[in-house]
Order: sequence, then structure tokens, then C-alpha cells
Amino acid sequence: MRAAIFITTFLASTVEVIEMVIIVVGVGATRGWRSTIVGTVAGFAVLAVLVVGLGAALVAIPIGILRLVIGTLLLVFGIQWYRKGVMRVAARGFAGIAGIPLTEEAEWTGPGMDWTAFALAFKGVLLEGLEIAIIVVSFGVAAKELGLAAVGGLSALVLIGGLGLVLRGPVRRIPRSVLQLIVGVMLTTFGTFWALEGLGVNWPAGDGAIPGLLVWYLGTALLYIGLERRRLLGFQARA
Amino acid sequence: MERIWSWLSAFGGFWYGFIFGDDWTLAATAAVGLLLTAVLNARGFVAWWLVPVLVIVAVGISLRRASRAQSRVAA
Repeated sequence: MRAAIFITTFLASTVEVIEMVIIVVGVGATRGWRSTIVGTVAGFAVLAVLVVGLGAALVAIPIGILRLVIGTLLLVFGIQWYRKGVMRVAARGFAGIAGIPLTEEAEWTGPGMDWTAFALAFKGVLLEGLEIAIIVVSFGVAAKELGLAAVGGLSALVLIGGLGLVLRGPVRRIPRSVLQLIVGVMLTTFGTFWALEGLGVNWPAGDGAIPGLLVWYLGTALLYIGLERRRLLGFQARA
Repeated sequence: MERIWSWLSAFGGFWYGFIFGDDWTLAATAAVGLLLTAVLNARGFVAWWLVPVLVIVAVGISLRRASRAQSRVAA
């Protein structure tokens, strides 16, 4: 269970950090680094306050209600990633997002603070980071492993964020679609398990139902990928 | 005021995207599945299988709908 929590929060954070890094590096490279870094730091500061506040608020809620609410939230979010992951893996396989062009902004040459760079970096960090914060906090609190979940999220942030700042290319080649599918399967699995536990449902084999759900969702994802690929091949043959 | 409104709408958009994403029927199916499970469980029926089955069926229907829409656009 502990390993699954670390892996899920690490991979979920990796998916979002890739986008965050691309936004920050893109803005920094085109509009200058000073305002971009200030915007990034401000975004992280707001995120840190949100994580601490959200974590403190959630631990005060009884575990049954918490698992129902968090499980439902993870389930609906997990299904979205599950569906997106199936579609993207079927269409692009293990390709990263290297082929997707960046939004180029005009270079900033004026004096003082570049508020456009600040706002772009701040918004990018906050909006991408908000999903990480919600997944990490909800996952950690529901499993009573908030520290471990936070380590998973922070590890991804430091590792992928650092890699992205030093070497821009490799981060864009990480197979984000595959990661999204894996995380979608894991979030759907834990979301289903916790939401039903919150409703008072007794799972056959208790926690042992988790690997069963994982196999069920992963197996059907592979089946759907196969069907989507066949449809895409047929579509290309007709074109 | 305009900036505050823009941030609020971005925050609202974030939550809409987080819960409903590209296809709202998936979240609706999950909600209906949980509701039915709660009712069945309260009446003493074994209901743990219902949500996993409904999720898979809903995703299958959603993928099919997306494929058809894609084909229509391309045609």
C-alpha cells in the first residue's frame, strides 16, 4: 500500500510538473528569467499555503466521510485521465509532447518587473500545481500517509523540475500519455476502493481488493487501446 | 475587478475540468453508481462490483462517442 501511494503521487505529479516546467522554461527563455522566477516562487508559495491549509482541514474530518468524498473526487478525476490516457496512447503510443509547439511570447526588454512573465509563470505553477496539491493531499489523508504522499509529489517536482530546467529536451520526450494512463488507472482504482469503503461496503479480501481492481482497470484499458488502434488503422486505410 | 473576475473564472474552470473533464457523462455515471451502491448496500445486497462495471461501460461508450465525432469531423 505504501509503495502504491508513493508511486501514484510521484507519477501524478510528474505528469503535471512536465507541463509546469514547459510553461516556466518557455516564459523564462522568451521573456527573461527574473520576473519568471519571481512568478514561479509566488506560485509555489500560494501552493504551499493551500497544501498546509487543505491538509490541516481534511485531517479533522472523520475518516469514513473523508474516504467517501475523496474517493469520489479521485474516482471522477481518475476516469477522465483513464479515458484520455487510452485515447492518447492509442493515437501516439510512447511519444512525448516534443512535437507540440510552445506558445512563443514577445521578448521583454523594458526596465523593472515584467508582469506578463510574472503572471504567466504564476498562473502556470498555480493551475498545474493545484492538481498535484489536490491529488497529494487527498491521497495522503485518505491513506493516513500524508507525509509519504508529500514526499512522492515533492520528489517529482525536484527531479523532473530540475531535469527540465537543466535539460529541456528530455522532459518533453517523457511519454506523458503513458504516465497519464497509469495514473488514471491508479486513481480510478483507489477512488473506487475508498469511495465504496466510505459508503460502508465490505470489499471481498479487504485491502486485497486493490490489486484486483488494478488488474480490472488496467486490463480493460489495454483492451480499449487495442480497439482504438484498430479503429485508427481502419480510418487511415480508408483515407 | 476584471483581473479578479478572470482569476475566479480560471478557478471555476479548473474545478469544472477537474470533475467533468471532456465528458460529463463519466462523472454522472460514477455518481449514479455510488448512489445505487449505497442503496443496494443498505438493503443488504452485495454491491461492490457495480461501480467497477459501470465505470468500464461508461468509458467504452464515451470512447465510442468520441471516435464517431472524430470520424464525422474528418468526413
